[in-house]
Amino acid sequence: MSAAADADAVAAAVADAHRREWAFVLAATVRVTRDIDTAEECVQEAFAAALTDWRRTGVPTRPGAWLTTAARRRALNALRHAGVERRHLPLLVEADVEAAAPDPRDDGAHGYPDDRLRLVVTCCHPALDRAAQVALTLRLVCGLTTAEVARAFLVSEPTMAARLTRAKKKIAVARIPYRVPPPAELPARVDAVLAVVHLLFTTGHAAPAGEELVRRDLVARAVQLCRLLRGLLPGDPAVAGLLALLLLTDARRETRTGADGRLLLLEEQDRSRWDRAAIAEGVALVREALRARPPSRYALQAAIAAVHAEAPAWADTDWAEVVALYGVLASVWPSPVVALNRAVAVGFASGPAAGLAALDELAAEPQLAGYGYLPAARADLLRRLGRYAEAREAYTEALLLTPNAVEREFLAGRLRALDAGPC
Amino acid sequence: MARYLILIYEDEAQYATATPEVLGEVTADHDRFAAGVEQHGAKLLGGEALEPTATATSVRGAEVTDGPFAETKEALGGYYLVEAPDLDTALAVARTVPARFGGVEVRPVMTFD
Repeated sequence: MSAAADADAVAAAVADAHRREWAFVLAATVRVTRDIDTAEECVQEAFAAALTDWRRTGVPTRPGAWLTTAARRRALNALRHAGVERRHLPLLVEADVEAAAPDPRDDGAHGYPDDRLRLVVTCCHPALDRAAQVALTLRLVCGLTTAEVARAFLVSEPTMAARLTRAKKKIAVARIPYRVPPPAELPARVDAVLAVVHLLFTTGHAAPAGEELVRRDLVARAVQLCRLLRGLLPGDPAVAGLLALLLLTDARRETRTGADGRLLLLEEQDRSRWDRAAIAEGVALVREALRARPPSRYALQAAIAAVHAEAPAWADTDWAEVVALYGVLASVWPSPVVALNRAVAVGFASGPAAGLAALDELAAEPQLAGYGYLPAARADLLRRLGRYAEAREAYTEALLLTPNAVEREFLAGRLRALDAGPC
Repeated sequence: MARYLILIYEDEAQYATATPEVLGEVTADHDRFAAGVEQHGAKLLGGEALEPTATATSVRGAEVTDGPFAETKEALGGYYLVEAPDLDTALAVARTVPARFGGVEVRPVMTFD
């Protein structure tokens, strides 16, 4: 250990450890307490203690191990003093065999077993609803405070606190086991985790409401979580596919809106400002993810993003490849939204008339009723065909169905351009 | 170990119109289910089938009414009580409960100590 450190350096080191080590420390502490609330308190106290102790002793060389030891010591003390009360607490279920057998994923650097995978699959257990899974993951795996999780989902803090409490109570009372499921069940459970990460990312990438198009905080958390999963499950092609998708999509973040906050289409974006390092990493992951048979939906979505990322200019886009990839995607993951995107790609590969024909096949799709991107796509194809009156109607309909302020401004701009135009 | 009640909710109308062959299959399915519970590491503690909701009588305070507590398309038609180490085991058992005209709900039994 180094000598005493100044307050700013310690605060920065604790904040860094919070970002990197929270999940590890909590997961290792839950194993001692078998009660999530007690573990959370002990971990919070350990981080608070680090703020003062590290000023005296210096920042330890392995902050994660220091914090884990501190949190587990507090947990053991809490257990000793809990006595009678604790007998009434429903405790987490753990498989005894696992506690006995050394875990191959154990991280020697910490000196404690790496329980992060069991923490994340428990948070995303299918017996919890999706909103609860996302909230628990942000709170327990990412270490966000209840107030921060509430802000992420635009609900009040008491509402989010109630949601978290209910979910934790169900884990304990219904005995959702705190363990990594056996290999036969693992892929389905990992799918649920990936769905949570993907939802977090899409919520951040195109905020459903509000003034800004992108919520950087949510996007960053989603990428961080996906990197954690990649570290825990390095051979899983679906994880590789999702990480690729997130990186390739987020590589365009700086160019999705103009200086005035206006939405810029892929066609208008300055490709020289795309994040080349993220694209290179994403493309390598796509290659790996596509080797799985059948490829995961995320790998195929990432492959489509890679076609765009690798085209030097909009005019160079390989639309035939994009249409083909959407076709494969529709076969592994049938969804009207995929069919809609495929129709838009057909509009570029074979012209707006062909795109419109593909789109019209989806008009009766009940799942697309009320989906603003359908009339918006239709409006664009009609505009390109010179059918301005119909285009105007479709833009107006899209505007009615779009709550995001930046997207609304884009549609309103298209309408104004039509009004000023040649018709 | 914990106890879970598996409540079977099904569309009664389907049973009312089912052929004897179908009813025979359902009975055989339940026998097979009961024989297979221990393979999952759980134990069957009990279970019954209920007469249809047309035979139900509801009582709320002094008021007695003809019929079930709530009218729903899928009604409670039977239950199994199982003992299992955790929810994953209980859900594995629940997936094998025959309920071709509906589904099942798994509820942990409250413990007092």
